[in-house]
Amino acid sequence: MSVADRDHTRMAQVDFGGVRKEVCCEYIPDVATGDYVIVHVGFAIQRLDEASALKTLAEFDQMGILEEEFGDQLALAARQAGLDDPEHGEASR
Amino acid sequence: MKYLDEFSNPDLARNLLDQIHAAATQPWAIMEVCGGQTHSIIRHGIDQLLPDAVEMIHGPGCPVCVTPLEIIDKALAVAARPEVIFCSFGDMLRVPGSSSDLFRVKSAGGDVRVVYSPLDALNLARANPDRQVVFFGIGFETTAPANAMTVFQAQRLGVDNFSLLVSHVLVPPAIAAIMESPTCRVQGFLAAGHVCSVMGTAEYPPLVDTYGVPIVVTGFEPLDILEGIRRTVLQLEQGRHELENAYPRVVPPEGNPAAKAMLADVFEVTDRAWRGIGMIPRSGWRLADKYRHYDAEVRFDVGGIHTDESAICRSGEVLQGLIKPHECEAFGNECTPRNPLGATMVSSEGACAAYYLYRRLEHDTAGATAPPAAPAVTPEPAAASR
Ligand code: SF4
Repeated sequence: MSVADRDHTRMAQVDFGGVRKEVCCEYIPDVATGDYVIVHVGFAIQRLDEASALKTLAEFDQMGILEEEFGDQLALAARQAGLDDPEHGEASR
Repeated sequence: MKYLDEFSNPDLARNLLDQIHAAATQPWAIMEVCGGQTHSIIRHGIDQLLPDAVEMIHGPGCPVCVTPLEIIDKALAVAARPEVIFCSFGDMLRVPGSSSDLFRVKSAGGDVRVVYSPLDALNLARANPDRQVVFFGIGFETTAPANAMTVFQAQRLGVDNFSLLVSHVLVPPAIAAIMESPTCRVQGFLAAGHVCSVMGTAEYPPLVDTYGVPIVVTGFEPLDILEGIRRTVLQLEQGRHELENAYPRVVPPEGNPAAKAMLADVFEVTDRAWRGIGMIPRSGWRLADKYRHYDAEVRFDVGGIHTDESAICRSGEVLQGLIKPHECEAFGNECTPRNPLGATMVSSEGACAAYYLYRRLEHDTAGATAPPAAPAVTPEPAAASR
């Protein structure tokens, strides 16, 4: 992504999975090359927080691992009822 | 595309679905407000993978669908004027007005052009100083910043042959209107992630408190939607009602301050009639007084329009979640995306069009309760603009 000034409007070249388009980034004043942005009708409206994306995915992943450890729905229900799991912290990979 | 495949991962979707199945012990009705979410739910068959107890009600969040008929008719009148270049997003062209649509106005000689961004329309105005260029500015809080910036730029650059036919709608007043309706069955909401990426989440806690209803902000990929449903079901099962943000990678609590400042400068809140639903107080934006000069309704005399809605179309009931599209008799018969009777059949975010695209075969074979034949969670192609 490259940022340029056009008629005093900050515009950026954004790569949409191979297709390049010019996008107005006035609303993300500190946008930098390499950032991921959410684009709507030619305007960048928000930055994608990569750390947060990875964290959410890790949480989804861990749900399944925990479930395998518990093995059945009964244990799952017990956990949802608030019973603690001592191995919780080691379930990540 | 970064994180599109990841948020469509079938294994992780299975994890989330298992959690929802384990959590749901009684019937719940959850509304996804946003048309982009409706499209994704139907396309991926998410509603069919959910436990029977969890029903998704499709909300009024398709901007094309709720744009008032009167504004469509005004657009048709303006677009037909010889001095006008009328610019619009492509999905407005087939939206039926009282007696025509933009596509037919174009066929009859009107200069109607499809643009990707309102800035394209502004550039057209600069390139054609002897013509009047009008942009059809509709949509929710997600689209409004683009239109606001374009009007701001028009004024800054002194482009006087540009104007906006504007009809913005706002999500929080619509949620309030749905909850106030005597026929309301909705017990929880998925709030639209990209609206919140602009506006933040501060408008929702008062709705949560007033109506005792869980609201979970989420995105558009299958995993986002499943996580939103999972969190909503957990709240309902546990008797909680809170605002949760399941889309933190795109929605900071404060939204986008620069965009909000521009919106506050360019627009002011107004009552708005939603097509198929009716007047919702303080549910829209129009241009603020100091930008009224750029209002196409002021620039062109389009008063005295008499609107005439199709007698067959039940899109109002569809938009309020009272019926599913295939319960309308015209669905797939008189009414198809090629020949739409209502706006909900035009845009791919409209529930009727989504059902037509992805569900028609099932209803044709009367096997409406059969599970989908193939795993329904498939990676999204580069849907860059969502
Ligand atoms: S199927 Fe067509 S006629 Fe029926 S409600 Fe939907 S848009 Fe209207």
